[in-house]
Order: sequence, then C-alpha cells, then structure tokens
Amino acid sequence: MAELDRAAGSPAAPGDWTYAPAPESRDIVHLRERYGLFIGGRWVEPSETYATISPSSEEPLAVVGQASPADVERAVAAARAAFADGWSSLPGSERAKYLFRIARILQERAREFAVLESMNGGKPIKESRDVDLPLAAAHFFYYAGWADKLEYAFPNRTPKPVGVAGQIIPWNFPLLMLAWKVAPALACGNTVVLKPAETTPLTALLFCDVLRQAELPAGVVNIVTGDGSTGAAIVDNPDVDKIAFTGSTEVGKAIQRRLAGSGKKLTLELGGKAANIVFDDCALDQAVEGIVNGIYFNQGHVCCAGSRLFAQESIYEPLVDKLKMRLETLRVGDPLDKNTDVGAINSAMQLDKIRELVESGREEGADIYQPPCRLPEKGYWFAPTVFTNVAQSYRIAQEEIFGPVLSVLTFRTPEEALEKANNTPYGLSAGVWTEKGSRILWMAQRLRAGVVWANTYNRFDPTSPFGGYKESGFGREGGLHGLEPYLRFDE
Amino acid sequence: MTRLPVKKTYKLFVGGAFPRSESGRTYEAEGQNVARASRKDVRDAVRAARAAQPAWGGATAYNRGQVLYRLAEMVESRVPEFAELCGGRDEVERAIDRVVWYAGWADKLPQVLGGANPVAGPYFNFTVPEPTGVVAVLAPDASPLLGLVTRLLPPLVGGNAVVAVASETRPLAAIELAEAIATSDLPGGVVNLLTGFRSELAPVLGAHMDVNAFDIGPSNGAAAELETLAAENVKRVVHGNPDGQSPWEIAAYLELKTVWHPIGQ
Repeated sequence: MAELDRAAGSPAAPGDWTYAPAPESRDIVHLRERYGLFIGGRWVEPSETYATISPSSEEPLAVVGQASPADVERAVAAARAAFADGWSSLPGSERAKYLFRIARILQERAREFAVLESMNGGKPIKESRDVDLPLAAAHFFYYAGWADKLEYAFPNRTPKPVGVAGQIIPWNFPLLMLAWKVAPALACGNTVVLKPAETTPLTALLFCDVLRQAELPAGVVNIVTGDGSTGAAIVDNPDVDKIAFTGSTEVGKAIQRRLAGSGKKLTLELGGKAANIVFDDCALDQAVEGIVNGIYFNQGHVCCAGSRLFAQESIYEPLVDKLKMRLETLRVGDPLDKNTDVGAINSAMQLDKIRELVESGREEGADIYQPPCRLPEKGYWFAPTVFTNVAQSYRIAQEEIFGPVLSVLTFRTPEEALEKANNTPYGLSAGVWTEKGSRILWMAQRLRAGVVWANTYNRFDPTSPFGGYKESGFGREGGLHGLEPYLRFDE
Repeated sequence: MTRLPVKKTYKLFVGGAFPRSESGRTYEAEGQNVARASRKDVRDAVRAARAAQPAWGGATAYNRGQVLYRLAEMVESRVPEFAELCGGRDEVERAIDRVVWYAGWADKLPQVLGGANPVAGPYFNFTVPEPTGVVAVLAPDASPLLGLVTRLLPPLVGGNAVVAVASETRPLAAIELAEAIATSDLPGGVVNLLTGFRSELAPVLGAHMDVNAFDIGPSNGAAAELETLAAENVKRVVHGNPDGQSPWEIAAYLELKTVWHPIGQ
C-alpha cells in the first residue's frame, strides 16, 4: 500500500490523508493456468508460449500462446471461411443482435473484466471499473445499432464489408481497444483476427468466453496472442484485407511501409504529444483537475495524454503551486485498491523507457518535482512527475514518454501558445482552458489535432470520432466516421 | 504576307509566378519545349504551397466557392485554346462543369461530413472537416485537362494547397490551366503546377516531410516505392480516380476534428 509521507516544509494538509486499504476482491476472476489461441471458435494449442504477469506484483498470472506465422495463417483462414460462410451475407439486423448481446454480456460481467484488466495491466480498478468497461460495452451497443443502417451513413454509396480485418491493439486500454476495433468491424460485416498486446492478453482471452455466450458464429472473431512477430505475420498475410493498428508512431510507420503497394486498407492510431493550454482567465482549480486527469490518468499510458502543459506566464506560479499540491494527494499503489489514483507501469520495458526520458530531462536542465510517495517494492512503479523550466527543444518536450510525466512550458499570447502547441510532428489531441468562449473556438479551429478538449480533458465516447492529424495516424474510430475503414465502396 | 505568330514559352507555375526550372532544363512534349522541373523546383513548390495554405484554408467557405467558380469562368472564356490542347471541346466543357460542381461543395462539406455527436454526458461535442494541408498530385495522362481538373479540385475545395505534376506526355493543357488559375483570384501558391519527368519528381514528393497527402494516381508500377516513401511522415496516400466526381473524393484530403466542451451553468 502506498502511503504519503509529508515532505519537510511542504504546505500543511487539512488533516490526515491516510486511507484504510480498500482492495477489490480477485475472487470474481477465475483464471486458467494456460490459454491457447482462439481460432475458428475453438482453443487451439500454440506452438510456443510465454507467461503473462501482473505488473504490480510481477507474479505470473497465466501461460499464453506465442502465435507463429502458421498459427496466424490458421486464424486468417478461419476468419475467411466465416466471412464466406455466412457472416458477410447475414442480414445487418441479425449481426446487430449479436453485437447487442456482446454489449449486454460485457455489462453483466463488467466487474470480472475490470478486476482482470487491473490485474494484468496495472491500471487502477476505479479506472477499469468506471472508464474501460462502461466504454467497451457502450462501443458494442453503439455499433450494434449501425449494422442494419449502413446505407444511411454514406449517401449515394453502396457499402460492403471489406473482408478479413487484421487488428493489432496496444496495452494501455486492452479491452477498450478491442471494443474499438471489433465492434465496427463486425457491424460492417467483416470477420476479425485480433492480436492483443504482448503484455495484456488476458481480457481479450476472457472476451472469447463472451463470444461463446453470445453464440457468435465460429471464426467471426479470432484472437491470437503474441509479440511483434505475430503482429507482423498478420500484416504480411496476403488474405487479410484491412489492417487496423493502434500503437507507437514508429511501428505504425513500419506497418505503412510493409503494406506499400499491397492495396490493403489501413488505419493507424499512433502516438501523441498533446498540448494542454491554460490561459490566465481559466477556472484555475478545474484546470488543475484537468491537467492531472490529462497526464496521470492511466499512469500517462494514453496516446492523447496532455503531456505538454502550456501555462500563460501571468498564472504560471499559482498554477504550478496548485498542481504540486494536488500531486501530493495522488495515491500511487495497488491497482486493485479502490482508492488508488495511479497504478503500476505496464511493463519493465516501459518503465525503462520512462526512466531514460526522465533522466534526459534532468540532464538537459529541467527542474524535476515528484511528490513524496512510497512506491511498492515489487512491481513496476513511477512516481507522478512534473518538469518545470523546460525548453521546447528538450526530449521531454518532444518525445512521447507514455508515462506519468508532465513538462511545463509557458507562453504569453494566444498566437504563441498556438505556434508552440502545433510545433510537433504529432497531432492527436489538445486541451484549452479559458472562460472566454470566442477564444476557445479560435484556438480549437487552429490547433492541428484530431480531438480538442476545451475546459475538460480525456473524455471518450463511442459516438465521438477519435484519431490523429499528421504523424499521429489516419482514419477515425468512433462515430459514423469509424465505419468507413471497415467498408468498401465499388464506385 | 502572313504574320509570324508569337510563340509561347512554357514554364512552371509556382507561388503564383511562372518561373523556368531552376535547373535550366527543358524537354520536348507535344512539339514544344517544356520546363523540366528539378528536385529543387519541387521543394520550392511545396514551400509556396505551405505558405499559401493557411489563408486559403482559413478563407470562408463561401469565398472559396466563389473563387473556384471564378476559375470555371476563366476556363470558359478560353474554350477554343483548351480544346486544342486536350480531347476537344467536349472535354473542356466537362472540365468546366466539374469545376462548377466542386465549387458548390465548399460550403456544404461540414454539414455532410461532420456533425454534432450525442455523447453520453454533459458535453457539447461536434466534428468538423478541416484541410489536411499540402497535397501532392500526379495528374493522369488520359484527358490532360479533365484528368487534371478531376484530381485538383477535390483537395482545393476542402482548403488544401496543391503541388501537381502535369502529365509528362501532354503537359500543355496544364500550363494553359495555370494561366487560367493565375487570373481566377486563387491566391498565389494555392496551386503549383510542375512539368517534367514523373519518375524523377514523384519520389521527391513522396519523401517530402512537408507534404501531408499524396495522390499517386497513375503511378505506373511505382506505387510500392511511392507508398514506402510516404510512410516516413505518415502521408495520406490516395489512388486517384482519373474520372471520379463525388464528395468522398474531397473527403480523402480532409481531417476530422472533434471538439468537446462541458455543458453547465
């Protein structure tokens, strides 16, 4: 359990912050020792395996398959057969009912999934319980309704399914990203081969049981676990018609290159380095909450995290003071504790990357602040971190850290804020905090980013298109626009 | 005695001006010496396009529609000249009508392609299309005027700036079109037209880090190479239909931006 130590000389807190432990029970989750690959509606023994662990305790949770190219080929063949054998020609209204079933079952089993998500991924239970699971179910419910209404979404076009979709998802929102990918693909009449992230396969494997309960025809959704080589086998498979990838810009570019000349459809949701811009006329306490939610939500493992804070010079000092004070109240520790705000870093590799970039920030001359907090001994942990005195050229202001690390920069005028905010190859998201309506719209119009949160941050909804400008990728997920990547139009 | 006609020097169209290739090179096409653009000309054209894009993309949709309609007027007034450089009068008229059709889309796109999103919470949330930025276009060889217009208008009407490589074998219609564009109120740099060897220019556009989208249209077997280059800055790659006409052609060069704001007292 994490407990806060009061640092000498820090402002007095209003009372005792100690919380009693409030752990969520793990009893609701029944893990198998070993999981195969889910191909053609059956569990298939993989050629190789690896152990998946809990990043908060380093304990092994289960042994899962490391799918080989031959395994991927079997999965693609199963998806192709299911596509041809009826799924693509099933009336949209029937496809819809399968998706509605999945949404309902996810709601019914939400607690079980939330606990498992926190066990395998390290995110706080209050996030998996209140964000990941409700949104995943909502995504299936939303796209279920589209399945028999596609012709109304694209006037004067005849939408048809693409075929077999290969989907490769990240470890930061494992089940939610599965929902973002699988729901629109199935609604549009495609079949799916999905690879969960190497470190977080378990909720995707549990999802196969939801498919069983929903009686989804065999082969419509196939789940193959494994590392990057499994993903590459999906990308390279000639019988896959469409690739959807969410992950780093580096891997996204490699996939785009690999698919060059193949004619396969591609959508990419890649990295970000979002600006969160705070003007001096904002509601300061709300802005502080938004900044904290923007960068410490999900340990900063969020592609749209507000990792660059731009503070107007006139409020820089009070803003940073309040932010530091708020950081002291963040509870870092056991992901299954209902009071935990910041959970475990997802993997040892990610922790190394965060440490390396934070070290570069120190070396380049930024001032580091971390609230006093006691980190658990086992597992992967990183204290919430704020860098001030950051120059735009520093690596911590340029590169995606994907951790709980905020860089604070300053500006004087809206034009300067805009220029600095847009000065990045990324363009996924941005935040603006001001009470002046015309300025919100002026900024929102000029920020080169796919999502702009004004006086809020990190909000998601199945009806709301999400996706990047520039090197943050192309294509949108969510909303009517999220259907297009899974359809072809012969025109 | 017959009068000796004054012959035209065919040049590039970059930043609203008509320069020769900085390389000093020309090649012969359709019986004329035509500028053979270099890598440096490509870079200059991209710079001109980037500089011109914010004002064009930021102009009101009504204004963009009128400027593009004005382009149709300018082509209409030169129908005989264009007819000689392409498939004839019919192609010119189809090209003019296509410009008019696209001009009318400028102020309708946000309502057709965007909208308000009914999120489950106290937020107002809307999605609007915006230009992706600088678009590179390889013009088709068939129908040198209509093909070029077909590929130019979709990025333009959405507020992008364009660098287009004219048909290598039939570039004269493109240069004639540049002269119409120059008198059409389109700000200089919004359209840049290069003539030259496609195999030389296309990879430079494909690799250029300040090009956001690339219509590789008639890539003549070079698609894999160009798409590989395009991945370096995650370009939006379009396989342009040389005779397509639909709002979805425009949408290929648009980004969708979604804005959230809380609702409260």
